[in-house]
Amino acid sequence: MNDNTTNQLQQRPVDDPGLDEVPSWVSTNPHAAKHAEGRVVVAFAVSALSALASVVAYFAIPLGVQIEIGSFHSSLHNVVFGTTMGLAIFLIGVGAVTWGRNLMDDDEVTQERHAPSSSEEDRTEALVTLSEGVRASGVARRRFLLGSLGGALGLFALPLVVTLAGMGPWPTGRKRAQTIERTIFAEATPQKPIRLVNDITWKPIKASDVEIGQLVNAQPENLQNYHDVEYQQQKAKSSIILVRMDPASINIPASRKDWQVSGILCYSKICTHVGCPITLWEQQTHHLLCPCHQSTFDLGNSGRVVFGPAARSLPQLKIGVDTQGYLIATQDFTVPVGPSFFERDSRNDFKEGDA
Amino acid sequence: MAKPTSVSEPRDPGDAATTTRTASAQDIDLPPALVKQGPKARWLDDRAGIAGLGKAALRYVFPNHWSFLIGEIALWSFVVLLITGVFLTLWFKPSMAEVEYNGSYQLMRGMMMSQAFESTINISMDIRGGLLLRQMHHWAALLFVAAAFVHAARVFFTGAFRKPREIQWILGVALLFLATMGGFSGYSLPDDLLSGTGLRFADGLMRSIPLVGTWVEFFVFNGEFPGDLIVSRLYMVHILLIPALILALVAAHVGLVSYYHHTQYPGPGRTENNVVGEPAFPVYIAKAGGLFFLTWGTLALFGALITINPVWTYGPYNPAQVTAGSQPDWYMGWVEGAVRIMPGWESHWGHTTWSWNIFIPGVILLGAFFTLMALWPWIEQWYTGDTQPHNLLERPQDNPTRTAFGVAIITFMLLLQFGGANDLIATHFKLSLNAISWFLRFAIFVVPVIAFWVTKRICLGRQKHDQERLLHGSPSGDMHRNAEGGYYEEHVPISQEEAYALTSLDQVPALDRGTDTDARGVQRDGQQVSGARARASHWWSDSNLPTPTREELEEAHTHGEVETSTEPELEGSEKH
Repeated sequence: MNDNTTNQLQQRPVDDPGLDEVPSWVSTNPHAAKHAEGRVVVAFAVSALSALASVVAYFAIPLGVQIEIGSFHSSLHNVVFGTTMGLAIFLIGVGAVTWGRNLMDDDEVTQERHAPSSSEEDRTEALVTLSEGVRASGVARRRFLLGSLGGALGLFALPLVVTLAGMGPWPTGRKRAQTIERTIFAEATPQKPIRLVNDITWKPIKASDVEIGQLVNAQPENLQNYHDVEYQQQKAKSSIILVRMDPASINIPASRKDWQVSGILCYSKICTHVGCPITLWEQQTHHLLCPCHQSTFDLGNSGRVVFGPAARSLPQLKIGVDTQGYLIATQDFTVPVGPSFFERDSRNDFKEGDA
Repeated sequence: MAKPTSVSEPRDPGDAATTTRTASAQDIDLPPALVKQGPKARWLDDRAGIAGLGKAALRYVFPNHWSFLIGEIALWSFVVLLITGVFLTLWFKPSMAEVEYNGSYQLMRGMMMSQAFESTINISMDIRGGLLLRQMHHWAALLFVAAAFVHAARVFFTGAFRKPREIQWILGVALLFLATMGGFSGYSLPDDLLSGTGLRFADGLMRSIPLVGTWVEFFVFNGEFPGDLIVSRLYMVHILLIPALILALVAAHVGLVSYYHHTQYPGPGRTENNVVGEPAFPVYIAKAGGLFFLTWGTLALFGALITINPVWTYGPYNPAQVTAGSQPDWYMGWVEGAVRIMPGWESHWGHTTWSWNIFIPGVILLGAFFTLMALWPWIEQWYTGDTQPHNLLERPQDNPTRTAFGVAIITFMLLLQFGGANDLIATHFKLSLNAISWFLRFAIFVVPVIAFWVTKRICLGRQKHDQERLLHGSPSGDMHRNAEGGYYEEHVPISQEEAYALTSLDQVPALDRGTDTDARGVQRDGQQVSGARARASHWWSDSNLPTPTREELEEAHTHGEVETSTEPELEGSEKH
């Protein structure tokens, strides 16, 4: 037979005493049984009443009424409707379980298990049937049948799979250059600069209005020309932060001397790790902390990573000032902003030691 | 009604419930209510053969233990998810089209938001019972994944995945994976600030895949993040693809339970070849059905009283904003933690970028976890060489190495879970965030090893305790003082029931090099055992204390009786 049996034929160290039949407390105690029955009936009765109360609450309680008890603050409709509904359901469970545990005969029953494996005869018979089927199908004699079927089955799903190729635009080199490797700052030129605006009021930002230690969340002015999807896509790349630091207290490499306006520096707000907008500004240390995974960037040192899982410096944007004193951009970031991707050429990002 | 199922064997011939009855339905004393239903039952039986199925199903035996109910809680949570989910689909609009909010929530009037978010706000504010169902749905999702994890742990630590239930285990691992994916896809639907941040993270994760990452991103988001299709695509995944797969796998999972019969813990009357418990009808149905209502009712009370995911306080998704303390639902917390504490490793080879800092903790780790889990039955089998079918469960101490390994993995995941909350730990306990991250970078490797060792020692201690109870009995509480002034405690033999339960499991001896048979000469898996495998096998099982044999037990008991009943040992207390 099965492995199972060999296992049991061996004498166990201790003999099986057999099921211990301990009568339940309730079955030997009429008073307890009566009490348990009472509890079940009460549970079902209160459940039914709660269900009715729930229906009344659904219609009777106006939406928008709030209740506040200490720190608990919620919609009255939700609390009353939900609690009565919850009780109606929960108490059915209480009743059923109490009934099952206390009032039903709880004698344990023994059933034999049947090992999932088939008997040797069944196995043989199945094999015989199978080989008979194989013979009847003619596969063994007509080999081309199987080969051609294999070929057809191998390819029939291809047309379906191919339709998935249209799930999105293909990120070819050209496509990437228009999308993830470009922001709308690219629309700026020295002749036609783009003003940097406050990201909530959309007011242009005057260099003289930014104080030392201050951080301003900003956007390029031309973001307002975009709508719907494009707006979100562009915003996910064009979000910037402007910080003003005492030029004497920060390290500005020679190549970026003209990227700033009297200590006002502009960085991408999009983390180089997985793309969260970075917001937590530590004024004294010039560190900027990403709230998602705690990558920390040193804005006083070209956005270099000082801690956390991010691998690349925060891209810095070259900014200037126009004749009216407003901050402007005249070109795009020099490297793609946001999280890394496989085809990204990361050799031009700022690294420690770059001048 | 037909004769009761023949597989049910009455242990006690007087037991009315299981004695064999005569075959004719007329002879049976049926309650009048059932007699009235006779024609209907006959109608159904003529078409569906329910009596044949029913007689087996009604007497179907399910072993009784609280730990067997955890999987049921997962199942019932899933049912609640389906019920509440259907209600939510009545109102939710899976569209990313931008609209201006003009609903009743004053603070958002005039704001631009996606239709998905607008409809979520409407469900929460303007639809009667909408908030309740949304919150129940979210709580049910959390409970579903939690119960599935705990159920998996129960199956793991009791060895329930062993032969013949390996397929069951694989189905379970697939279900666990689907449950987390279902959770994540649902979390992303409302298109609020938090879920959008989660999607941004998912985008970064996809991009980090070497070679094809950018393609994955463009295909999933229909172009650049965030695109305009991700919500409607995730909606399909969330309400069609994943539930359909879960339903199919749950059907197979539960079907296989009834096919094999549930496992049971050792105990009086229980053997590898039987199953002892209460019959499905009426006791088990009352209890399991009751548990369904308890689960559902609890979730309704949670939905009524405990606010979850208050999207109206987060606002619509805005790629330029984020809230501090952004975190995923708990089951993704350990992956989040791994991503947070990972050092910023990235390779820049030529004009390509390899983001190990995201790919390793985000993609590899998650994949490795589920792969290791799925392969576990075979990994363990490689160590133990155990090819026997098992229907009796082990307690965690019965297999110390497995238990220690499981605890080590859980420790690893818990540490990462702390990593996922490192910002909150830092602010709540006034600790340095960087110090926490640095600590965890080492701790995730060191602490699991310690946990492994400690767990194994505890298990072996429990084994020793069991062995002492078997050989020397249970402390009686009677203290005796001998002539020399020493003290000893009298021991009484443990009950036969307990002794039987403690000796019910077969111990599998370690594999030896070259042999492919076990100690009893039974062929194992037909493979030559390599030296490495033999060493691994000995490392796995050698520390186990052998179950006392019948002779050893008898020896110990006669010795013990002499010892305690006739003359107390003069050496004093050290005897026991």
